[in-house]
Amino acid sequence: MDSSVKIINEWDIVAARQLGRNVAKELGFGTVDQARITTAISELARNIYLYAGQGEITIEKVENGAKKGLTIISCDEGPGIPDLRKVMEDGFSTSGGLGAGLPGVKRLMDEFSIESTPGEGTLIKSVKWLR
Amino acid sequence: MNFRDTMLDEYKEILKTYINDQTEQSLYMSQKFSRKSIEFKISPEEMISLHKTSIMELEPELPESLLLSLDILLEVMMSYGLAYREHQSLRMIQRELINEIEVAASMQQTLLGTQIPRIPSMDIGAISVPAKQMSGDYYHFVSHENGAISVAIADIIGKGIPAALCMSMIKYSMDSMPDDSQAPGDVLERLNRVVEQNVDPTMFITMFSGLYNPETHMFFYSSAGHEPGFFYHAETGVFDEMQAKGLLLGVDKKAKYREYERKVEVGDVILLMSDGVTECRTEEGFLEVDTLIGYIKKYIHLGAQDIADKVYKELEYLQDFQLRDDFTLIILKRTS
Repeated sequence: MDSSVKIINEWDIVAARQLGRNVAKELGFGTVDQARITTAISELARNIYLYAGQGEITIEKVENGAKKGLTIISCDEGPGIPDLRKVMEDGFSTSGGLGAGLPGVKRLMDEFSIESTPGEGTLIKSVKWLR
Repeated sequence: MNFRDTMLDEYKEILKTYINDQTEQSLYMSQKFSRKSIEFKISPEEMISLHKTSIMELEPELPESLLLSLDILLEVMMSYGLAYREHQSLRMIQRELINEIEVAASMQQTLLGTQIPRIPSMDIGAISVPAKQMSGDYYHFVSHENGAISVAIADIIGKGIPAALCMSMIKYSMDSMPDDSQAPGDVLERLNRVVEQNVDPTMFITMFSGLYNPETHMFFYSSAGHEPGFFYHAETGVFDEMQAKGLLLGVDKKAKYREYERKVEVGDVILLMSDGVTECRTEEGFLEVDTLIGYIKKYIHLGAQDIADKVYKELEYLQDFQLRDDFTLIILKRTS
């Protein structure tokens, strides 16, 4: 099962959070992890809304042997990120009051990968495993 | 057993005690608990969750609205939790940087190390203390084959790491200077060309270069905009400034440096310094030259190294042990 939410305006961030929370609950994540997953979704969706204009958040259930988890996929066709190292630095995106930034997402989740091509867009995948 | 396994029980116990007796004791216990939870990296949102679980077990009759309110608190604490974690990671980076600078500083000490020459007629002492970890002051001695001694003291305008990097360059161009070019004016002219070519145009260096001939007891010197040194005449007890004109290094590649000379009699003392000595600031403002001379006079009967050390101690005390600028003082005292 997978489902997505198109992010065009700020209210879509709420829809993406709701979707993430439902899937996280279904999988059996506790309240703290649910809050972490939804915060990560918020951050990614806000980035799309603020910097790319529009894009999509997809929530997937994943299984790896006995492990179960949840993947957030954030995909946009925005301007892309020219310097990935810079945005992954602590204090870079947060200093302007923009929230947790990508390092924050990485900390909230267990796995994190990012691909970005300037002019083409950005694809971020992040997994949280059920403990 | 791990704290994470026992923290729910510990927390519940503290909560229960407090609900029953509201003593300072249980509040103190919760302070101790929070220290431990920070040590074990328990995030704020986990604490809220822990609190909710505990209170639900202790007081099953609590109104639903109160429990729901904790969900909002947890959500609000998410960003605090992230800020906290970011702070932790920045602190780690800061610690790494401090370590790196410490390594660089000790490397600088090794790189810039110079041996104070030992010759029969002249007692020499030197002290150099950086204001921060890396010094922008530099001094250098060379013992020439003919017995003459060169002394140089330099100050980079600017402090910290850029100044320190620049110093290394000066040091190596001095080391690679041929033994026959000892004249202080020539030394400055050569270095000026090196600095002019290689250093950022916003960085300037002041330098004093001297040469002592132990046979004639003549001291020759030139200055590139450096703090004038003092000359102490033992016979009269008078100090006078060793004024010397010359442009800072790195300003004009055609700069020429005039050479001055002094006859050094037995007991006479030459004091060379960086502006960290003369511009030493106290609560009442800049240090007066007379005050500085007063300190030097107080110790002028001592050996060269002792004079340097004692004057430094006095000025350090005067500034409440907080150096605002790198401090370098060189003493040359003719003993025989």
